[in-house]
Amino acid sequence: MNNKLQLPAAPALLTRKAWTAFLVCLLAVGVLAPVLNLLVPVGSAFHLSDYAIALIGKIMCYAICALAMDLIWGYTGILSLGHGLFFALGGYMMGMYLMRQIGRDGQYQSDLPDFMVFLDWKTLPWHWQLSDSFIATLVLVVLVPGLIAAVFGYFAFRSRIKGVYFSIITQAMTFAAMLLFFRNETGFGGNNGFTDFKRILGLPIATPGMRMTLFVLTGLTLLGCFVFARWLVTSKYGRVLQAIRDAESRVMFSGYSPLPYKLSIWVISAVMCAVAGALYVPQVGIINPGEMSAANSIEIAVWAAVGGRATLVGPIVGAFLVNGAKSWLTVTAPEFWLYFLGALFIAVTLYLPNGVVGLIAKFQRKGGAA
Amino acid sequence: MRRWMTRWTVVAGLLLACSAHALTSEEALGMAVGESDARIEALAKAVAHGDDKTAAYLQALADDAVKVAASKVLVVKDGQGLDPVSGQAMEVPADAEDVMLNNRLRGEIDTALAALKLFSSELSLRQQAALALLKEPDASRVPVLEKALASEKDAKVLALVRQALAAAQLGHADAAQRLVAAKTLAGSTQPEVLLLLNQQLTNEADPAVQSALKLAVAKVQDSLRWGERLGQLFTGASLGSILLLVALGLAITYGLMGVINMAHGELMMIGAYATYLVQVAFRQYLPGAFDLYLLAAVPVSFAVSALVGALLERSILKHLYGRPLETLLATWGISLILMQAVRSLFGAQNVGVENPAWMSGSVQLMSNLQLPWNRIIIIGFAAAVLLGMALMIGKTRLGLFVRGVTQNRPMASCMGVNTTRIDTYAFALGSGIAGLAGCALSQVGNVGPDLGQSYIVDAFMVVVLGGVGQLAGTVYAALGLGLVNKLLEGWTGAVLAKIAVLVFIIVFIQKRPQGIFAMKGRSAEA
Repeated sequence: MNNKLQLPAAPALLTRKAWTAFLVCLLAVGVLAPVLNLLVPVGSAFHLSDYAIALIGKIMCYAICALAMDLIWGYTGILSLGHGLFFALGGYMMGMYLMRQIGRDGQYQSDLPDFMVFLDWKTLPWHWQLSDSFIATLVLVVLVPGLIAAVFGYFAFRSRIKGVYFSIITQAMTFAAMLLFFRNETGFGGNNGFTDFKRILGLPIATPGMRMTLFVLTGLTLLGCFVFARWLVTSKYGRVLQAIRDAESRVMFSGYSPLPYKLSIWVISAVMCAVAGALYVPQVGIINPGEMSAANSIEIAVWAAVGGRATLVGPIVGAFLVNGAKSWLTVTAPEFWLYFLGALFIAVTLYLPNGVVGLIAKFQRKGGAA
Repeated sequence: MRRWMTRWTVVAGLLLACSAHALTSEEALGMAVGESDARIEALAKAVAHGDDKTAAYLQALADDAVKVAASKVLVVKDGQGLDPVSGQAMEVPADAEDVMLNNRLRGEIDTALAALKLFSSELSLRQQAALALLKEPDASRVPVLEKALASEKDAKVLALVRQALAAAQLGHADAAQRLVAAKTLAGSTQPEVLLLLNQQLTNEADPAVQSALKLAVAKVQDSLRWGERLGQLFTGASLGSILLLVALGLAITYGLMGVINMAHGELMMIGAYATYLVQVAFRQYLPGAFDLYLLAAVPVSFAVSALVGALLERSILKHLYGRPLETLLATWGISLILMQAVRSLFGAQNVGVENPAWMSGSVQLMSNLQLPWNRIIIIGFAAAVLLGMALMIGKTRLGLFVRGVTQNRPMASCMGVNTTRIDTYAFALGSGIAGLAGCALSQVGNVGPDLGQSYIVDAFMVVVLGGVGQLAGTVYAALGLGLVNKLLEGWTGAVLAKIAVLVFIIVFIQKRPQGIFAMKGRSAEA
């Protein structure tokens, strides 16, 4: 008798159909969008407007956040209300670099950023020392939110804080950070945050070329994150994560320590959010502590929930659906936006536990059976 | 020199006064128009036999409320003219001109007023005047004070007058006088005196006086310390009582029922708006009983919020029991809708909720300890709500059922408890208490669509810190957080104190994930 445990074969990273779709997206972001925006003349029906590029670029950043949220919430069952903080931290790191790039072109024509001149500061505070270097900024975008997440997560998961408790203390952490960033003396520009960016890597930031570069970069990052996340969740590591989500005690009794798994996915998720924030800031041109408000973090969860938790396409679809609706509604009927968003929260939790993607899959299954 | 002379005449006139006779209209006019010197002379004469009417007239002069028309003076109050002599109402003529006061006259009038009050027949007025002179000492008032010192009979006022005199002489040219003044002021309990002493200390050259001043500063600080401590304790307790009110409802909906009720803040907002509506209704239909509107608003705000809560429970939340993270998202959605609904109905601006008269004002317990009535009443209200809730949960049949259902739902159901109905009642109760909290908050802060948002994080912190499912824990956590927050605030400023408290809670939960008071149990999942 062969008692060897039969492990199911690991699923392919992506099916053939999915690879095709992936390549189509890659082409759309990398070739089609730049051509339609830059080369097709403005009057043409095929022209992609600057507004659309800015909007899609922004939503792709949100989609990265939603993907990060899905990893920690959809696959590991930990609802974080602190992802707004990591997003904003990444944004602030990038914002500091962009502020330094303004150089002497600010209103006060000083070497220091305008708000520091306004506060009558004479030298750069210590945490700005590395902000002149682009390489250092890229490292910090990953390192600072990653470290904060690691320290916070280590203590939280070690004490076996779970479920709602974890959600609430992440919310407390974000709230405390927001209060801190609102202060002028912490050196992050207070209420106004950072804005009026002029250039990046010495190149002017408000040109069509730069906008498109950032757009393509964001798109590639999103697709990269998607493949990476897919690789994570199909690996053995990903299966342990899902086991933790479904029955943590049983995982522990089977000899796994959940701590390294939870901690690592938590840090990965936080860093993904921070990268999204760093891509977001140069595109929208502003970062302020409002990004850390509780509402923003909860909205990230809703993107994931609307699209479908524990599917990787879902959060991306959700981010596009919700934010598309938002930018459409806030223009056409601003007072209805909150009604809509509120109703969406309720409807998704009551009727769409698997989100839009789950709904489509259900119809497909029905269609296949019939 | 002339100035000093006239001041002396004012005081001398006062000293000579033996029988008061009423203010005449000539005197009133003489003080109001003409050359400054002539007016000061008239002032001196009037003060010499001053009565309460003179004082009232001088006060009106000082307040710029006196007008002159056709060589007749009149006091204008709220657009209504008054004859200062007869006290009769009269028309304000169209050509009435304001009475102008230069700084010199203003000073004279202030001194005269203080002096008049210092010799008033009423004890409380004399005390007030002496206190005012102590708080704003002026060397020119020394003669008045000396006269008062001789005539004053009441020991308390006498001590105040003596201190006021000392305060006025603290800047005296003679070091011996300063020494005496510093020693006298050591007995004071006024915070303003501390400032005065410290000011003098920086200018003082004489070593003997310096040491006396230092001693006096230490003594005054000593006697002020208790007032400060009690004041901090009171503001801490006041914040704690507000946190308690905010968290009590959540202790039921979240603590007992496990619903992560993010709409809790909006249920409070509804309570506050209900209070506002009751206020509007009272102003419209019962203006005579306006001060009583708050008493009517208490049950109304409870009922409205409870009703909204019951509706939410029946329509949405009952489908989500046992899925806490989903309740979080759904209730967040509810909160967005409620906020926007209020914005559509009442506008995005804050609405004005007035305190009834009996809630404004304060009690002065010590010279530097003043307790506002609205805070005291809210502390009492929080205690009453807590008591009512404890009785309800602990002593009534409904409370028994609620406890039973939350502890063991299937067992309670087997015993014949209608668990779904109990859920609705319990959620409505929690929501109603949120409404009561909103009613209380409308008396101390702004009422606007965002009212709930600013308290929701605090409310969750209190419940989590206290231990979910523990009412006693909620009480300790609310009062503890209130006190700690206010103590830190005195030390680090409001925002940093808040951050420190949040960090403390995060660290605390690491140590004791189940809060201060953990539920005892054997479940591995707990």
